[in-house]
Amino acid sequence: MKSDSRHVSSGTLQNSFDRRSVVIGALQGGVGVLLAARLGWIAVLQTEKYKLQAESNRVNLTLVPPRRGWILDRNGAPMASNKTDFRVDIIPERLVDPEATITTLGGLLQLTAIQVQDLKDKIDKSHGFQPVEVGSGLTAEAYAAVSIRLPNLPGVITQRGFSRFYPTGPSVAHLIGYVGPASAEEYEAEKNPLLVTPGFKTGKDGLEKAFDKQLRGEPGARRVEVTASGKIVRDLDSREDVPGKPIKLTIDGALQDYAARRIGLESGTVVVIDCLTGGILALTSMPAFDPNGFVDGIGRLEWKMLNEDDHIPLLNKAFRGLYPPGSTMKPMASLALQQHGVSPDERVVCPGGYRLGSRFFRCDAVHGAMDMRSAIEHSCNTYFWSMAHRVGYDAIAPVAKLLGLGQKFDLPGAAQRYGTIPDAEWKMRRYKQQWSAADSLNASIGQGYVSVSPLQLAVMTSRIASGRNLQPSLLFGHEKPPGPALPFTPEQFAVTHDGMFRVVNGSGTGAGSRIDIGGIKMAGKTGTAQVRALTSRGHVSDWKSRDHSLFVCYAPTDGPRYAMSVVVEHGTFGARAAAPIAKDVMTFLFDPAKAWEVLLELEKGWGGTPSERLAAKYRAYSAAYGTSAPKVEVDDAVEAADASADKQNAPVVDDTVPQRPENDAPPTMPSTSPSPSVSASPAPPKPAASPAVAPASVTSLTPVPR
Amino acid sequence: MALGLSIPEPVARQPWRIILPLTALVLFGTAVLYSASPIPGGSMRPWAMMHLIHYVAFLAMALVVARFPREWFKLAAYPVYGTLLLLLVLVEMLGKIGGGSQRWLNLGFMTLQPSELMKPAIVLVLATFFDALPPALTASWRGLVPAAALLAVPAFFVLIQPDLGTMLAICFGAVVVIFLSGLPLRWFIGAGAAAAIAAPIAFFTLLHDYQRKRVTIFLDPESDPLGSGYHITQSKIAIGSGGFFGKGFGNGSQSHLDYLPESHTDFVFATMSEEWGMLGGLFVLLVFAVILRWGMNIARSSNDRFSQLLAAGMTATIFFYMAINLMMVMGLAPVVGIPLPFISHGGSSMLTNMICIGTLMAVERWRKPGGNLS
Repeated sequence: MKSDSRHVSSGTLQNSFDRRSVVIGALQGGVGVLLAARLGWIAVLQTEKYKLQAESNRVNLTLVPPRRGWILDRNGAPMASNKTDFRVDIIPERLVDPEATITTLGGLLQLTAIQVQDLKDKIDKSHGFQPVEVGSGLTAEAYAAVSIRLPNLPGVITQRGFSRFYPTGPSVAHLIGYVGPASAEEYEAEKNPLLVTPGFKTGKDGLEKAFDKQLRGEPGARRVEVTASGKIVRDLDSREDVPGKPIKLTIDGALQDYAARRIGLESGTVVVIDCLTGGILALTSMPAFDPNGFVDGIGRLEWKMLNEDDHIPLLNKAFRGLYPPGSTMKPMASLALQQHGVSPDERVVCPGGYRLGSRFFRCDAVHGAMDMRSAIEHSCNTYFWSMAHRVGYDAIAPVAKLLGLGQKFDLPGAAQRYGTIPDAEWKMRRYKQQWSAADSLNASIGQGYVSVSPLQLAVMTSRIASGRNLQPSLLFGHEKPPGPALPFTPEQFAVTHDGMFRVVNGSGTGAGSRIDIGGIKMAGKTGTAQVRALTSRGHVSDWKSRDHSLFVCYAPTDGPRYAMSVVVEHGTFGARAAAPIAKDVMTFLFDPAKAWEVLLELEKGWGGTPSERLAAKYRAYSAAYGTSAPKVEVDDAVEAADASADKQNAPVVDDTVPQRPENDAPPTMPSTSPSPSVSASPAPPKPAASPAVAPASVTSLTPVPR
Repeated sequence: MALGLSIPEPVARQPWRIILPLTALVLFGTAVLYSASPIPGGSMRPWAMMHLIHYVAFLAMALVVARFPREWFKLAAYPVYGTLLLLLVLVEMLGKIGGGSQRWLNLGFMTLQPSELMKPAIVLVLATFFDALPPALTASWRGLVPAAALLAVPAFFVLIQPDLGTMLAICFGAVVVIFLSGLPLRWFIGAGAAAAIAAPIAFFTLLHDYQRKRVTIFLDPESDPLGSGYHITQSKIAIGSGGFFGKGFGNGSQSHLDYLPESHTDFVFATMSEEWGMLGGLFVLLVFAVILRWGMNIARSSNDRFSQLLAAGMTATIFFYMAINLMMVMGLAPVVGIPLPFISHGGSSMLTNMICIGTLMAVERWRKPGGNLS
């Protein structure tokens, strides 16, 4: 730098130039070295990283969803399979004449004006190279019609894929569940790109969900080279998918379907257990949804229809419905009484009811002298009240649990609810109240706080029938060994079996459901579980207020093979709704042709098969509501249905209202009392242990405090 | 000379020391443009052939320019500068009328960007100015103010086009000439300090949004992987994935599958690196080193002030093109629209750089009349 700028000469400027040009040259050289170093850093030291990024740019990996493993019944027949799915897509950027193409497709696939409009919207919104679905689940004819015109329809792609198919539809809905696109939560949890691949479905409910990992399989893959705009340049390679593993169930598919269809218009369950292995042969809950319809996602209207149905088609009642077992508990109680020294031949005179303190509990009829067998046959409450009073309720509850009531079983699928076998400790914990003698009476005939699931009833029946501690199972070939031997003698079982035999084959409450197929007879027990304390018996117009109808049975009576429980919600009497269903389902097991004859005749009156009825109902909804139904998320919806069902299925217990003893018999049965209700007579005499005839006047259900 | 006596004198007189490396570089560029062609398998169309034609035409022009005497340059300096300034204003007005930003005039056979030509013109006019300036005034305001004015006016018009890259190139060439002219160093230090303060202010007030965005994204390209950061990211992927030896001619996936933007113009170096690797990159750097060293040597060995400033300024202009472009494609500078001399496709850029080369050849001739090879 020059300190004195006024004495600048050309010489000093020359010197300055010489020095400064060296600086400029050095600067250029420095930048050159910097650039070379940077080049080396990127192209040599970091080349692996950038090679990877270039490859991930260049190569697009498309996953091909694997075919889902089949779900088979015990005979190897598919209950859930995959059917070829014909679909047509459009690649918008390859369309030459979008208008003409869409018009042609609309004609070939018979799309409605609304569908065509939707399609155009989707194409407008798409990213050009992303396929837009025109239609899936097409018929082979429609598919062929489009396929042969492909040369004239640039941008249209026809594809064959697979979609889940449930041949018997609603019959297996609750047992097997359904599949659907993975939810955002599922993807977050697993981070598997397969989950967001179009066309991939995961199990959403039931066994589909429980065995999702086995059923899923390995995806195939297709590697393609793509440009920055997503255009495919060429195929690099592809890998076949590995189909998921099949699962074989103990279920008898035909029986499952028959049982489901036989339930008909009722809301109910049928559970059948193999008395040799404990394998579950049928597990139905109706009404149900059609899982085939859920595969492509549930529509708003479909959801509205299912959600508004008071029969709760989204709830698996066999696992998650809880009902007071009513008189179906009596065979179990008879075993408990014998275990505690009650002689089966001892008689109790039934005067039409049982007096406990100042309260009088009414029986259905004046049965007269009853021993244990006839008490089961006629479902005499008085006998069981007086005997339970003698041995104490504490002797009965453990046997109920031992036979499966209130128990949870190790079964895949929907979570079971295990209900309540109440005792003093439970009541204190739950209601902060002392256990009363009235509680004992109610509990001993399966009312009051007692609530059990249809599955538990079937397990109980199978254990009583076989005399073995059978464990229910669903996976064929993986039946569970029986638990510890049951602490009852064959003689004790024989008494109970006798009683149940006479229910159906004697003059008992289930006599209307007698079967005789080549000497094969059925034994059973009816049950009627009250829903509300303050209702009159018999025909009640309000469906929701009617009693539940139950029936447990097994056959053949000599050498039991099958045990069954049938629960019909609000079906009134056990003998009326549940027993006929049990009869037909049991008939199916020994004489399918005869059973089908009965069912097909019934279905004519019901408006077809469950699938047909669902379809008809959907059409009716479609006509009534059109597109006005609100949007829905299926997964949430099913949970909501479960939750609301849970509420509805809470034990019908009101501490201020004692439970009305159940009645098995239709109201036409002889009765000495003009009133069907429990009476609490103001001041009756107090015969210490012997039941007394009920007074005629019944004023209130509320007991008069002593 | 080793090439022997068989070479005719007019041919031998040509400046082969620069023509040969230059031609090698241009042929290399032609190969890259051939591969980068959108036609599968590579093609002379649409860029490679035009690139060669541009080169041959402008080389001929440069060889003509090389024969101009010093006085012609001095005489032409102010008129050329003034004309370009007028054209700049004209372009600006046409742009305003046309309702958008326009940087070029259509001459029929090629489009001409006056701002491009302003790069060598500013060097020429400043060299002329300082040559005429009495040495005693160099350190006074009479040296600085006119020079600053000569720079400021075209710089302003280019900036409002808006073309930040070209404006910086014009300023760089001019500042190098002013620096070498011997102005007191403290002025530069002062100006540098002022710039350090003014730059952030200018960043937030003068720059256009898209220019500001380019700077912020340069600092963190991954912050905007699909927007402007995409350019830098994809360019680095192209260069990095080439490795040392490259993927081979015609095998660059980044350029052929359109991941690399502007693969034949601003980002042609990335296109080249992907296929030729670091080896190709070093070759390009080496040829530029040869060219720039040749230019600086001409400046240093000239014995008059005008020649020195002119040659150094022209060299600096070529250098600035190359340096900024390479820094940009390698993620060392924000994305500014500056092509790589002699390799990027584009007539204007080739014209400017060949004017610089032609001028350097002329200066070389003034220094020692006669053949270069003798």
